[in-house]
Amino acid sequence: MSFDNPWIHGLVMGLILANVALVITGYSIWFERKFAGRMQNRPGPSVVGPWGLLQPLADALKLLQKEDIVPRSADRALFNLAPPLTVFCALSALAVVPVGPGVIVADLHIGILFALAMGSLTVFPVWMAGWASNTKYALLGAMRSAAQSISYEIPLLLSATVPIILADSFRITDIVNAQLGGKWFALWPPGPGIAAFALFFLCSLAEANRIPFDIPEAESELVSGVSTEYTGMKWGLFQLAEYLHTFIISLVATTLFLGGWDGPGDNDGIIWMAIKSLTLFAGIFWIRWSFMRYRADQLMAICWKFFLPLGLVLVMLTALWVHLI
Amino acid sequence: MDPNWLAALVFLILSGIIAGGQLVAARVLAVRAKNNVSTKYDTYECGEEPDGAAWVRFHPRYYVIALLFVLFDVETVFLLPWAINIDVLGTYAIVEMFVFISILMLGWAYAWRKGALEWH
Repeated sequence: MSFDNPWIHGLVMGLILANVALVITGYSIWFERKFAGRMQNRPGPSVVGPWGLLQPLADALKLLQKEDIVPRSADRALFNLAPPLTVFCALSALAVVPVGPGVIVADLHIGILFALAMGSLTVFPVWMAGWASNTKYALLGAMRSAAQSISYEIPLLLSATVPIILADSFRITDIVNAQLGGKWFALWPPGPGIAAFALFFLCSLAEANRIPFDIPEAESELVSGVSTEYTGMKWGLFQLAEYLHTFIISLVATTLFLGGWDGPGDNDGIIWMAIKSLTLFAGIFWIRWSFMRYRADQLMAICWKFFLPLGLVLVMLTALWVHLI
Repeated sequence: MDPNWLAALVFLILSGIIAGGQLVAARVLAVRAKNNVSTKYDTYECGEEPDGAAWVRFHPRYYVIALLFVLFDVETVFLLPWAINIDVLGTYAIVEMFVFISILMLGWAYAWRKGALEWH
């Protein structure tokens, strides 16, 4: 589906994809709570609607109605600007991600760079929020988060370079097309492919501030980190941005390494994209409820002493592979 | 110009509206307290009265990390155009990139030896 006029195409396609992403994000919160509940042998949300299905709506309404408190000593402008900016940065990356053949808002020729750039821009609103709050916990969370985000950006880019080399293009549609017919980059080349996928996945978790890398929040040591002083919908926007970011990185990881909409045989289609990306998305929740948080110093050590050289080795191996075979 | 850029611009505006719209909705729907206690607007510090502002100097280790980041970020800037031209450039480019990365990793090993990667 596409329209000739780029304005109309952007508007119609953008509205559809953004709304689908927001609904999936809303229900992923319900799913996560249900999932966590089952893992811990309790029912999870079950009161609002059948199986608690109306819980996301109830939560959103509750957040919208809450009183908005801005601390006296905070920097008002930055404090108010930060939450919508995080959502903006997280959502914008969706513009270049193809969810099916031709189902994409803007098929940019540097698509993957655009997606990664938008994802890493979230470091600015998080830092703004931490600084503007004028609270020690928020500032500590923001400092650590900034250090973490910029560090993990390098292995993230290096692992994304592997599919770029293999497909010989920055355009995400080209990268998916190069994998059609079961030649997924996570499986082929054997070895570097799966390692690059794992590296990309872990670094994306760090970029999206998910457990085991949720340093900016770290509620057991920093109260609630960056979002300590936020109330009502502003706090809600931080949560929304985190889940949106997580959803979009599962989409990007699927297109880069798991063949996108490539299904068994000739059955390509949007349904396979949905199955693969939602499985990854659910996997992230599984990780969240199974693992502990890394300490800030361990986090930096993993990145600089292990992920960075690993990423460089993978890039060189892939280049040799492409050149020799 | 590639018309896709216009579509991307439309999407950026759209996501800006989505993000801002929720704050506007919250402004309309949110309750406002009739009686305000002044302590409500204090910053949170575990129930204690806040001790000074949080806008203080912080540890220089963050500065070292930022320096290292710039170093390796510039490296990826060189790496990316190389990555989509391996077919065209051939063996020479691969050897050259290998040498470039080796020199960079020497610097990385030096930084590790000097303790720049440690979180003191």
